[in-house]
Amino acid sequence: MNLTLRIWRQKGSEDKGRMVRYEVADVSPDMSFLEMLDVLNERLTLEGEEPVAFDHDCREGICGMCGMVINGVAHGPEVTTACQLHMRSFSDGDTIDIEPWRAKAFPVVKDLVVDRGAFDRIIQAGGYISAPTGSAPDAHSIPVAKADADRAFDAATCIGCGACVAACPNASAMLFTAAKVTHLGLLPQGQPERASRVVRMVDQMDAEDFGGCTNIGECAAVCPKGIPLETISRLNHDLLGSLSGADAK
Amino acid sequence: MIPTRYRSSVFLKAAMAVTGAVMVLFLIMHMVGNLKAFEGQESFDAYSHWLRVVGYPAVPEGGLLWAIRIALTVSVVVHIASATVLALRARRARPQRYQTRKRVRQSYASRTMRWGGVIIAVFVLYHILHLTVNVIAPGGASDSPYERLVNGFQQPLVAVFYIVSLLLVGLHLQHGLWSVFATLGASSGRREPLLRGGATALSVLLIAGFMLVPVSVMIGWVS
Amino acid sequence: MTASDGSHAPMTPMPLYTDGEPIADTKAPAGPIEARWDERRFNARLVNPANKRKLTVLVVGTGLAGASAGATLAELGYHVKSFCYQDSPRRAHSIAAQGGINAAKNYRNDGDSIHRLFYDTVKGGDFRARESNVYRLAQVSVEIIDQCVAQGVPFAREYGGLLDNRSFGGAQVSRTFYARGQTGQQLLIGAYQALSRQIGLGNVEMHARTEMLDLIVVDGRARGIVTRDLVTGEISSHFADAVVLATGGYGNVFFLSTNAKGCNVTAVWRAHRKGALFANPCYTQIHPTCIPVSGDYQSKLTLMSESLRNDGRVWVPKKAGDERPPNEIPEDERDYYLERIYPAFGNLVPRDIASRAAKNVCDEGRGVGPGESGHRQGVYLDFADAIQRLGRKAVEAKYGNLFDMYARITGEDPYTVPMRIYPAVHYTMGGLWVDYDLQSTIPGLFVTGEANFSDHGANRLGASALMQGLADGYFVLPNTVNDYLASGPFEKVDASHPEAVAAEEEVRERVRRLLSVDGDRTVDSFHRELGKLMWDYCGMERTEEGLTKAIDRIRELREEFWTRVKVTGGGEELNQSLERAGRVADFFELAELMCIDALHRTESCGGHFRAESQTPEGEALRDDENFAYVAAWEYTGTGEPPVLHKEELTYEYVKMTQRSYK
Repeated sequence: MNLTLRIWRQKGSEDKGRMVRYEVADVSPDMSFLEMLDVLNERLTLEGEEPVAFDHDCREGICGMCGMVINGVAHGPEVTTACQLHMRSFSDGDTIDIEPWRAKAFPVVKDLVVDRGAFDRIIQAGGYISAPTGSAPDAHSIPVAKADADRAFDAATCIGCGACVAACPNASAMLFTAAKVTHLGLLPQGQPERASRVVRMVDQMDAEDFGGCTNIGECAAVCPKGIPLETISRLNHDLLGSLSGADAK
Repeated sequence: MIPTRYRSSVFLKAAMAVTGAVMVLFLIMHMVGNLKAFEGQESFDAYSHWLRVVGYPAVPEGGLLWAIRIALTVSVVVHIASATVLALRARRARPQRYQTRKRVRQSYASRTMRWGGVIIAVFVLYHILHLTVNVIAPGGASDSPYERLVNGFQQPLVAVFYIVSLLLVGLHLQHGLWSVFATLGASSGRREPLLRGGATALSVLLIAGFMLVPVSVMIGWVS
Repeated sequence: MTASDGSHAPMTPMPLYTDGEPIADTKAPAGPIEARWDERRFNARLVNPANKRKLTVLVVGTGLAGASAGATLAELGYHVKSFCYQDSPRRAHSIAAQGGINAAKNYRNDGDSIHRLFYDTVKGGDFRARESNVYRLAQVSVEIIDQCVAQGVPFAREYGGLLDNRSFGGAQVSRTFYARGQTGQQLLIGAYQALSRQIGLGNVEMHARTEMLDLIVVDGRARGIVTRDLVTGEISSHFADAVVLATGGYGNVFFLSTNAKGCNVTAVWRAHRKGALFANPCYTQIHPTCIPVSGDYQSKLTLMSESLRNDGRVWVPKKAGDERPPNEIPEDERDYYLERIYPAFGNLVPRDIASRAAKNVCDEGRGVGPGESGHRQGVYLDFADAIQRLGRKAVEAKYGNLFDMYARITGEDPYTVPMRIYPAVHYTMGGLWVDYDLQSTIPGLFVTGEANFSDHGANRLGASALMQGLADGYFVLPNTVNDYLASGPFEKVDASHPEAVAAEEEVRERVRRLLSVDGDRTVDSFHRELGKLMWDYCGMERTEEGLTKAIDRIRELREEFWTRVKVTGGGEELNQSLERAGRVADFFELAELMCIDALHRTESCGGHFRAESQTPEGEALRDDENFAYVAAWEYTGTGEPPVLHKEELTYEYVKMTQRSYK
């Protein structure tokens, strides 16, 4: 099939970007979306033009590196990552708009590449269990109810791609933060730091200039890993609980 | 200086949830009171008077009413102030807008919370000036609240303005009510559909109750 | 080609390689194997806690091996600087591992033990791994699970709240711990969180989107690295008392592999060029259950968990060139070839055997899927029987997410149409040579995880890669690096040191060269061509003729690359073509070494199958008399014959036997 792409091109973080139009011919429906961009980039290179910069790595939907807003939806029309989106989701003659994640906390580095360091800093602020290597008791010393372990796992499947922020009308990072708070807060190992963790992570989230949550639900709707909206309610619960708690700083 | 934790987006949202809940409780009382209009002028005016003397002599005359008014005013101020701070933060959080944007799940209600809220505030102001403090008197002034109400709603423009505004309040409530629970940490995967359904049902009931009066005046059931 | 001068063809003026001095691991203590690790830890010198703060360790790579090492070294008190090319340390390719992690916990009481895990790993590695290392790996495996659980890794659990296990990759005991089909992700997030905690505490300085382009060696010791900031293009040097490479494997030399697109050999290769020996480069693992290539635009291959073979049946049509859709081929015209050839193990034969069998039936023209008749590359993995036996619901519960993934990628419904699979490059057992301390032949340069060669011999067992990465990073390296650091303090080195200046200049020059060629071929077109050469001649089956041809062709292609490659853009900006060009340039050099290694090893073993060395039934035939050694290669210059150093392998605890799965 033949497609028209309108891609956001921006040389660097300081430049003003713009949408640039490209025609791509003979696209196979079995191609992944990123392979379709590869084909375009090969052509641009041979024409002496700079290829479109976009982040990608594993190309199997788990590393969380890729991400772009395709026709106004984070990761495009299917609920999956851009790398797992295939061209059979489009039809011949389509015009496809491709933009980077847009948020103050995710400044554009180049073209479709953004800086998601803010996510790392939220985790650094408290998204962990302090368990220095060697200090662990036997794995079976603390049984964990299967239901809790399963729900913790569901929250832990977050790949940190940033689609939630990109999709949120407020550019809020609540789903990302809540997924980690939920993952660790559901496990017995996570209890000692539960209150301080949520306070520190939310403080960092706010400091990174993300917007606040208004329970709209766009985040969960585009999340390629299906992190449920209820995790946000859990975060709220833990945070409000911590305001009276002793271990909050 | 306000400690960080009380400036966090989550805390501000909680403040909006609590104040919103206070206002919803008031609206329920208000709506039930309104229905007195169907018992006739005497009953309605008596109810209106009772509001001013309730609790007397345990509390000074008008005391309870003022307590409610103060609680409401504080709620409105906190609600709007938090909303403004959060809205400004959200705007700052995305300085460059998308060229193409498609909505995936968001409801009309959730999308209109902000400007809907502003319109509701304007409406409430008008409503207070009209029926509470008796400053504006469309259709003719009167000392009887019942007459003011009937006179006002006999003006089609006034009635339509009320009805449209009430619909907006309904939308605001539909998302706001469920949001109260989510924000206060009471939602979960299993409870979410229940809460959303409950929020919609309560909003519909409440707004239907409120609409009954202007609609009835318009079509002449109440005069 | 066993001649020691390596001159297989009289026409070639230069030998392919030369023989050097043997090499030996001097760090593993002698004595009973159970006590060696204890003894080594006791004999290793320690660093005074007050001095640790003054010592800097660079850790390159943030996968399981790198993140765990970085976090643990920082916890011990060292000053750590960590590097990754991705935008976040959480994205390293360990994240894609699906199946699980082995540990000799024997929670199932099914006869497992440290000794059994050790035995299985040595045997599975086809007797080409060191006994001491493997035994330690099995010992440490137990602690890994404890550590991960304490960090909050949500392993699968039973209803009683205890950890669940499964048997994996044909193991006869249930020793694999897992987190649904995303074990690698969960383990990596655990290590990432531990690392993040240390970053937050200021003990680790993190450099994301930063690529190591050279190693700085001063007075024979590894003292730093040269990096390129991938956003600004700035080239700078970082200095330290020790350097750890945890940069993963080199499967991307094949272009198409299950590795992430960014996986590369550059860090390891640059260290090799600076003197670190490269061991067993030809040992590559080809995973049998991947989604076949669908077109020439294909950019990577996706693995389907090995667990599918527990219930799926592998078959191809009996007749070559059969055009019928699978559901129209009657039962008696299907060849369930694994069940036919290996009645005892059937569809569960080890990875290398399943892969080669698939290749054989496709070579006979019986492959399935799209493509030219007779040249199709794919076999069916059929769940019709399983669905009939267990019901669609049960199959869905077990494999639902994998089926969904397959459907998304291929557009076919695996519940009604048999899946198509084909082998793909998955893991590389070879890597930089290290001793028992995980130290390379350059003092102060340590290598962990897939980047080293140490524990898997010629073939890796399922669910053992995660185990090794974490063993190295959490437990081994933090207990051996001290022995080296205790020999300090070393002379202060800074950017003005001649070695640092030279290394930086060399990196700048290379960047300039890549940008200045301005030819007419893209980086990817070279990479694809190289990958195809490697797949055809150094893939599942290798022959002297093919490898010889490949070496010549690789050399030509390398020359062509440096005259015809086109890299647009500049060096002082985010430039993904430039990044790829540098990596592909190193893959060319590695590819040649892989072929030389494969050519010199005339036996078949593990992932290395030489057509000349097989039993009458077509099974791999090892040659223990001549090849029970580690081939450690020394770099002498691009296109120059490398020097072969042999490390003899001796087996005191596991008797060498020929593997058989008939």
